[in-house]
Amino acid sequence: MAEEEDDIILADLPDDELVLQMFDDLYDGLREEIEEGVNIFLERGWEPYRVLTEALVGGMTIVGKDFRDGILFVPEVLLAANAMKGGMAILKPLLAETGAPRMGKMVIGTVKGDIHDIGKNLVGMMMEGAGFEVVDLGINNAVESYLEALDREEADILGMSALLTTTMPYMKVVIDTLIEQQKRDDYIVLVGGAPLNEEFGKAIGADAYCRDAAVAVETAKDYMLRKHNALAAG
Amino acid sequence: MSDVLSRLLETRDWLLADGATGTNLFNMGLSSGDAPEMWNIDEPEKIRALYKGSVDAGSDIFLTNSFGGNASRMKLHGAENRVRELNRAAAELGREVADASGRTVVVAGSIGPTGEIMEPMGTLSYKGAVEMFHEQAEGLKEGGADVLWAETISAAEEYKAAGEAAMLAGMPWCGTMSFDTAGRTMMGLTSAAMVEMVEKLDHPPLAFGANCGVGAADLLRTVLGFAAAGTERPLIAKGNAGIPKYVDGHIHYDGTPELMADYAVLARDCGVTIIGGCCGTTPEHLVAMRAALETRPRGPRPTLEQITDALGGFSSASDGTDDTAEAPVRTRRRRRG
Repeated sequence: MAEEEDDIILADLPDDELVLQMFDDLYDGLREEIEEGVNIFLERGWEPYRVLTEALVGGMTIVGKDFRDGILFVPEVLLAANAMKGGMAILKPLLAETGAPRMGKMVIGTVKGDIHDIGKNLVGMMMEGAGFEVVDLGINNAVESYLEALDREEADILGMSALLTTTMPYMKVVIDTLIEQQKRDDYIVLVGGAPLNEEFGKAIGADAYCRDAAVAVETAKDYMLRKHNALAAG
Repeated sequence: MSDVLSRLLETRDWLLADGATGTNLFNMGLSSGDAPEMWNIDEPEKIRALYKGSVDAGSDIFLTNSFGGNASRMKLHGAENRVRELNRAAAELGREVADASGRTVVVAGSIGPTGEIMEPMGTLSYKGAVEMFHEQAEGLKEGGADVLWAETISAAEEYKAAGEAAMLAGMPWCGTMSFDTAGRTMMGLTSAAMVEMVEKLDHPPLAFGANCGVGAADLLRTVLGFAAAGTERPLIAKGNAGIPKYVDGHIHYDGTPELMADYAVLARDCGVTIIGGCCGTTPEHLVAMRAALETRPRGPRPTLEQITDALGGFSSASDGTDDTAEAPVRTRRRRRG
């Protein structure tokens, strides 16, 4: 293969090759190319939802897997997420207009007393990359803040993050309050953060502990599917 | 003109650093979410007690209570205009305790990460990071720190910025990074890449190494990675006392003093000169580590198996430094541009 290739003209690629090219461009964090690719598909008459799922979500899934497997690290994921956001900015208004199916909505925030947000931001970005709607409450969230947002946003998923061993027990306060108000079963509760582990997630009554952003996405999808199945069965 | 740490490194073949700051302050009643640095002014007795805990347990070096004392972190507590004051106080209290100890104890001015992501992925510029660290460094210097000590850094650029700040402040420094993601730092740096970076610095650290991260076993694998890269510079190992466990509503690190004593001796066998603990390491652990370093003989460099036998398993199969762990081949299309 020649070292010097001519620039690829995205508009000249057939659909299937353009999808693969967009996977690569997402992987490489090329925002302008992603925006161009999204526009080309829309011009070719693709439904916005199809562009989202086949091109963007498909590409971010590869990024997520390689992040999970320790092949990509935070810098690459941030660049990929940034490129994805470029494409999403174009698709978002169109998705709303066309009434595309919803993946689900997540309210996410770092717990009270904790001001760390890098990991939480990564989860938010990867969830958006997977097609979820994400409402980010930022850092230092009291139980009232979570509950108010879950209610207001009609969210499906609550995501809580903590980086300190001293703040992670606060997650239990939030979950206990949900139980007390008989709202626990309304939401899928996912928790994460460096000092946490699966045992801790179980101990406080979360649905799942997510080791990293990629696992959070897989877990959220899995639980949303179960929720849909349960609804269908019910 | 040599500094006190350099002189110690010339005369001793191992030095005991300190343990945790956060764990011990929380045990003294710090509430989560409060900035520990405020206690340098508001609760100086407790900070003296923290330092004295390490010194009395036999530490040759202890870190000041200034980990989050940069403008970016302090801003979250509305105290970004108190950086110099809080760092100066952190070092002054340290100086007092060190001078009263009756032996040579190094006051190391702790500098933790900014918590920001650097350009181009994030918003913090290299220049901005240098400025922030420099402001902190001047405060620590004024308070009488012997050496600056950057720790828990993830990004190479941020590490370099700390080094440049030390140069601007005219201070010797040490710097450790946290290898917590599949054996690399969060930003993807391997132990071998850190060695390469350190040796290229204009104002290289007196010693460098790893702190925090996952458990003590992972940390020693990282240290073996440094050694394998062929560095002659003194190495630092400050590992966590095991892994945090949730017991009856609070957090407990599962590493016993006995385990940390084994870790200390193994670290020395790995080629480390400055040995200490990080999260979960109390004075009780330090006493056991000191005793082990003084009484147990040196041994050959341990294998990975010997490390896991003594300290428990690794968190990932590889640490990214071996060629066989290269990324599985993805079928790549043509690269554009």
